[in-house]
Amino acid sequence: MSDELRAAVAAGVIGSQETFRSLLESVAEVSRAIFGAKAASIFLLDEETDELVFEAVAGDGAETLLGQRFPSSTGIAGWVLVTRQPLVIEDVTEDPRFAKDFAETTGYVPKGLMAVPLLHGERALGVLEVLDRPQRSQFSLVEMDLLGLFANQAAIALDLLQRARRAEAVLAESGEGADVVARLATTVGNLEDERREPGLKLIAALEEVLRRNEGG
Amino acid sequence: MAQPEQKPEQRPDIRPAWSLPAGEGDNIALPVEWPGEVTRDWAWGESTGKGVRVCILDSGVDAGHPLVGEVQRSVAVSIGADEEVVVEDDSEGDLCGHGTACAGIVRSLAPDCELISVRVLGAGFTGSGGVLLAGLRWAVEQGFDVVNMSLSTTKRQFAGLLHELTDKAYFRRTVLVASAHNMPVESYPWRFSSVISVGSHEEPDPMTFFYNPDPPVEFFARGVDVEVAWTGGARIRCTGNSFATPHMTGLCALVLGKHPELTPFQLKSVLYLTSSNVEAAGE
Repeated sequence: MSDELRAAVAAGVIGSQETFRSLLESVAEVSRAIFGAKAASIFLLDEETDELVFEAVAGDGAETLLGQRFPSSTGIAGWVLVTRQPLVIEDVTEDPRFAKDFAETTGYVPKGLMAVPLLHGERALGVLEVLDRPQRSQFSLVEMDLLGLFANQAAIALDLLQRARRAEAVLAESGEGADVVARLATTVGNLEDERREPGLKLIAALEEVLRRNEGG
Repeated sequence: MAQPEQKPEQRPDIRPAWSLPAGEGDNIALPVEWPGEVTRDWAWGESTGKGVRVCILDSGVDAGHPLVGEVQRSVAVSIGADEEVVVEDDSEGDLCGHGTACAGIVRSLAPDCELISVRVLGAGFTGSGGVLLAGLRWAVEQGFDVVNMSLSTTKRQFAGLLHELTDKAYFRRTVLVASAHNMPVESYPWRFSSVISVGSHEEPDPMTFFYNPDPPVEFFARGVDVEVAWTGGARIRCTGNSFATPHMTGLCALVLGKHPELTPFQLKSVLYLTSSNVEAAGE
């Protein structure tokens, strides 16, 4: 791969992780808002450890839940992931074991939850859960379809996030500093016009100094 | 205790025949007692599902829940260290609640059927496709009459094997009832024509079911806001195709309790003829 191409790839990768994570958080937030729910969470399957990880949280518990992990095939999220089937349950507090497990994981026990698998092609990437939608009316199949639409969006965002993470890891492991250079290029590219020009001049001067040292 | 995979039951009535010599037609004459009109009363009137063995391939079942009652046998399926299939007696109960919910729905329709729980969940997501396949294979080899599956896989590597297995079940008279997807997703085995695939309708009546003239989903059963059994002796309300599926399983158990001789395609025809939309059209 040429230096220019490597730099171009690196420039495309650096910073995209944050963007895709924002997209994921946005999907969680919109899901929560559309259903008028108390909270929404997106779990990513970590295939290496066989665990589900809280990747985006909207509403209650957002600060404490991010990054928390639990086994991939137990509980309701685990069932949904393994079976690829969406599930809506209400009155879950009647199940003492569920309440205990859930409280240990999240700090609070929802009265109801909707859970849907995040599928991208052949792969099951994770689970979207929407907690405590108002129980003003019977759940309808139209809402189930809506949940499926959000799941599609979340699956695409998760796929992008995973790709960005893998690409960044490859760049970091290359040991050639391409990630540092690309990050610098991204930073300069994001500057306001009046600051970008001096920034570029500074980088050009730095390059000149480095080249001169290399030659001498 | 771990058990080796059991050999298939040899049922003399389903030994394959590969051709029919001249003049042998009379030797395979089959008594047929189809009525002029297949009604619900003919199909399952007075039946309680007695004598029908129903397998719940799921997260396990909490036996003794008031809505479930006795579970005749519970096993768990896993893949061992040397990639071998391990089927062992299971005392874990239900790891999620879903299997108990399905068992309760089946029993609510067919109270005297036998229930066998085959747990294929709980051993991690990685390898779950292999466990699902192994569990289904075991269930087919046991010769259960009906297998309730709220499970599917999106992995194409399993599609061919699952297809072979569902066809084997079809010819061995094991009826597979599988949850369809409510999203345009390529997953298996519900898409195969040898199984009975089920989606949801919103009616509250458990005996209301519809034949879908636009497959691959073949039937719609009650799947919205269903009160079900759950772990810890609880009862909760649930929505999803995975709750519609055991309604069709229960109906299959009722029909087979009264007409045990029916093959899967004959049973599917009975379900078609007694569907709420097909019956209504004939009235």
